[in-house]
Amino acid sequence: MVCENWADKLDAYLDGELPPAEARAVGEHLRSCGACAAESLSRVQQKRAVQAAGQRFTPDPAFRARIQKSIAPRRASRWKVVWFPALAGAMALVIVGAISLHLNRERRGEQQLLSELADLHVATLASSNPVDVVSTDRHTVKPWFAGKIPFTFNLPELQDSPFTLVGGKVSYLNQSPGAELIFRVRQHQISVFIFQEQALANGCARKNAQSARSFSARSWSHNGLCYFMISDVAAQDLDKLRELVKRAG
Amino acid sequence: MPHFERLYNFACWLTQDRHEAEDLVQETYAKALKGFSSFQPGTNFRAWIYKILRNTFLTSRTGLKATSNVPLDLEGDDVLPPAKETPESILLQRSDSQLVQQALERLPVAYREVLLLCEVEEMSYQEISTTLAIPMGTVMSRLSRARRALRTLVQEMQGSRG
Repeated sequence: MVCENWADKLDAYLDGELPPAEARAVGEHLRSCGACAAESLSRVQQKRAVQAAGQRFTPDPAFRARIQKSIAPRRASRWKVVWFPALAGAMALVIVGAISLHLNRERRGEQQLLSELADLHVATLASSNPVDVVSTDRHTVKPWFAGKIPFTFNLPELQDSPFTLVGGKVSYLNQSPGAELIFRVRQHQISVFIFQEQALANGCARKNAQSARSFSARSWSHNGLCYFMISDVAAQDLDKLRELVKRAG
Repeated sequence: MPHFERLYNFACWLTQDRHEAEDLVQETYAKALKGFSSFQPGTNFRAWIYKILRNTFLTSRTGLKATSNVPLDLEGDDVLPPAKETPESILLQRSDSQLVQQALERLPVAYREVLLLCEVEEMSYQEISTTLAIPMGTVMSRLSRARRALRTLVQEMQGSRG
């Protein structure tokens, strides 16, 4: 008689479905128990007999051919071969187009912004009251802006430089208030605009704007503020003042 | 065509008719192609396609007829009677193939299919569980009953023959 404890596990053992530890235990038992070993042998024989007997039917070649034909993928048409790369090409064009459109729009936005600032600069030059606070003293100009614009900034120390501060006034861009400072170098005036970055639709435009309508221009951002310089002075003067303003931060 | 010959063999065992088996295989491939999107990559393809074949069979006229007279105690929890025979008397040889084939034919479909999936297709219990959509425990108990039933049947046939 087969040991009752082991009988249930014999099938799983012979089917290779026992976890390694249990399989080892059954294997050891089979070496020591004749009845269980004989039962296992009989079950293995049965497995083999069913395996042999079960492989009984083979499909005839005609049926195989028929199935093959019925499931074979239809021959890819030339149209199919062509439209994939064509579609990929079209997609690439659309993507490139979208990117350049976006860049163009951005560039156009920047140009528009600089153009507006140039207008403000020209308006200031043409005005009989170019500034609202007239002072060469930065310690007068800076406090004047307090309460008029929602941010503060530092003015550069201009001693030993060719620049003088003329004054400043409140300016508006996209309905947001900002500061316009006027500097003079020789007979030229330079407008420095300071606006909050968040007030500008396109952020701070390009980090290094060069010109707008033949005016020289510079732009940069610092601490959430956008600085724009517009003037008809030579580029190197503009750069010099930019360094002074930047240093004042 | 993956598993073509084996699917055909299995289909023949289920339907017991070559023409029906051909229809069954053809329908299985058609369904597999059509529903390939339902196959989840990384899961067992063999179990998936056997499952399609088996479900197609079960809903066919032959399948419905074959499963309608399945003994009710197929999955019962009753304790199997201990084997009365001595091992020597039931040693099956490969030469007994015809006898075993006849016995397999006479087994209820549920026993026949689980035996074929295990012994002929050499599926793991897990694969069988997926194919037949039954829990692992049921796979084991059904397999055990099927083997016992086949053994008894072969014995009876051996007795009547000799």
